[in-house]
Amino acid sequence: MKYLSEFRDGELAQRLVREIRQATSRPWTIMEVCGGQTHSIIRNGIDRLLPSNVEMVHGPGCPVCVTPLEVIDRALAIAALPNVIFCSFGDMLRVPGTDRDLFRVKSTGGDVRIVYSPLDAVNLARQHPEKQVVFFGVGFETTAPANAMAVHLARTLGLENFSMLVSHVLVPPAIRAILESEGNQVQAFLAAGHVCSVMGYRQYPLLSERYRVPIVVTGFEPLDILNGIRCTLLQLEKGEARVENAYERVVTLDGNREAQKLLAEVFEECDRAWRGIGVIPRSGWRISPAYREFDAEHRFQVSDIRTIESPLCRSGDVLRGAIKPNQCPAFGKECTPRNPLGATMVSSEGACAAYYNYGRFVQIQELSHA
Amino acid sequence: MPDLSTWSCPLPLRDYPNIVMGHGGGGQLSSELVQHLFLPAFSNSALANLGDASVLARPQGRIAISTDSFVVRPLFFPGGTIGDLAVNGTVNDLSMIGATPLYLSAGFILEEGFPISDLARIVACMAEAARLAGVEIVTGDTKVVERGHGDGCYINTTGVGVVPDQVNIGPSRVCSGDVIIVSGHIADHGMAIMSVREGLEFESSILSDCAPLNDLARVLLQAGGSDRVHAMRDPTRGGLAATLQEIASASDVGVLIEEAAVPIRGETRSACELLGLDPLFVANEGKMVAFVDPSVANGVLSAMRNHPLGRDAAIIGTAVAERKGMVLAKTAIGGHRVIPIQLGEQLPRIC
Repeated sequence: MKYLSEFRDGELAQRLVREIRQATSRPWTIMEVCGGQTHSIIRNGIDRLLPSNVEMVHGPGCPVCVTPLEVIDRALAIAALPNVIFCSFGDMLRVPGTDRDLFRVKSTGGDVRIVYSPLDAVNLARQHPEKQVVFFGVGFETTAPANAMAVHLARTLGLENFSMLVSHVLVPPAIRAILESEGNQVQAFLAAGHVCSVMGYRQYPLLSERYRVPIVVTGFEPLDILNGIRCTLLQLEKGEARVENAYERVVTLDGNREAQKLLAEVFEECDRAWRGIGVIPRSGWRISPAYREFDAEHRFQVSDIRTIESPLCRSGDVLRGAIKPNQCPAFGKECTPRNPLGATMVSSEGACAAYYNYGRFVQIQELSHA
Repeated sequence: MPDLSTWSCPLPLRDYPNIVMGHGGGGQLSSELVQHLFLPAFSNSALANLGDASVLARPQGRIAISTDSFVVRPLFFPGGTIGDLAVNGTVNDLSMIGATPLYLSAGFILEEGFPISDLARIVACMAEAARLAGVEIVTGDTKVVERGHGDGCYINTTGVGVVPDQVNIGPSRVCSGDVIIVSGHIADHGMAIMSVREGLEFESSILSDCAPLNDLARVLLQAGGSDRVHAMRDPTRGGLAATLQEIASASDVGVLIEEAAVPIRGETRSACELLGLDPLFVANEGKMVAFVDPSVANGVLSAMRNHPLGRDAAIIGTAVAERKGMVLAKTAIGGHRVIPIQLGEQLPRIC
């Protein structure tokens, strides 16, 4: 595959690993923010290639995991309504709400469909004027432009039967919240390349300077991630704290201005609760007043559905690197992958789920060096 | 898949071009369906008696029996039909325990309104698949459900085969050191189905790998000897990953595979990439995995490669004494990852 296989080259990867080993003189804790990067790290076994004193902490950047229980419960309530076609990206279907998930709703008669793009949901709305079509708009800044476009398109087409349940979250406020949290161990960040492709990275020097942390804009292929880690370590070892763009083939300083314009029109900033972490001020987007009629929360009046997250869950501490998953009192007891309390147990790549599934096998280093 | 371009339906289509409730009612319409559609396609002496059950000669060895139901959607997909799957699926299940498949039953659940021409195409594919696999369809049944209560056509097949007395193949015989061989490119079937599934259509030339594995399994057993071929499986739902998991859990070993050694077509890999799917978890319908003693691995591999269904066979890993019950993969860049157990179907990722 052109432009992919080049960034998965085994020999180049080994060379980067050697450079990382040479550059590292003491323990460091680095957080990759984006769930896509976490996926790539696990998928490619990058965590097993790093020197043992470099710890990667998986950040809160998986939209599936951080969507608060309350929003999931609202989605489930809407999806169960007669006359509604509820559209979602595939991996949201399995995320448990208080007492069920979208698969359960589907099995009991809800019309729940997996789509690949919010624009598919707009098309469904055109094809089914007799139905209410609702799209579950979750995700970070990366998925937001397509969602904004869908809402904008629905207005242009005069579609009265399309709406969106929005739970967008934003990366920079999450980074700030982690840095300001008590007992934070994270010393540097790999910034999410695709978020930056939309938003640029003008927001990051403020964070980097104020909290004295290197922030390296990083891509998703194995070589991108290894290179991002290498750049981060070089800064850490020299005592520097700068913003660096290690994903230049995709990311520019200003990002995608057209997309930003549309986002500013369709969405507005709001406080947002993150599953297992709590409310982070101004860390989300919701549909702006100008587009309120497309807001599913408004249309279906589900805002009064309130869900309290389990007080037992300490996924916020896990995300900050303050505790290991098995140090949480709920781990493996009240909280398991089939009945997760917090973000880090919801996703199979989340730190808690990984510990639960493979904890007894974590020491596979000897095999890696076989 | 047989050439259907010149296919014409043998039924008198004037009256009923579509299935009506009466086709499952046991009367004249049922009988016409059997006489004009099923019998000509599946013709064999056991079926010709049209009794309530078929009487078959007792074979030498132990009897193996396996059943499977087929509800694939769409019914016709690139590289095959539900009919091919219904025959090959059961043939393959029998073959993987070292049985020679002999006979199949075929049960149809048809939805009222289902086009008889579509049924005829499916039945023709079943007949051709059975001929290729060397099995006979010796009994059958048809029921019709009201419109809206089915998905066009469901098929159940039960297969009977025979296992020689000395052959005992299964995961419990897998030992550490066993070499793991896969018979060819993985993930083609699942991605072929995806490419035509409603709402997901994308242009591709990926074809389902649907095929009967009994002859390949026979060749493999002959080359390796039934005492040194420890386990065989066809990695269908859940893909290669689920199959390796099953074997690791049911035996006393861990499994270590080399990801770069797993054969995957470029186009299939790209389609997986596009949809955010891991090809290791995507279904196959004409591939097998074998765990064999290292002393016969090379012989088995070359015998498989000489077979039309095993041309791209490859050694992908070994069974190891460590990490019992677990599947590990050495990744293309030299790292290691744990192949996780999936809770259900693999779902496309948001990001």
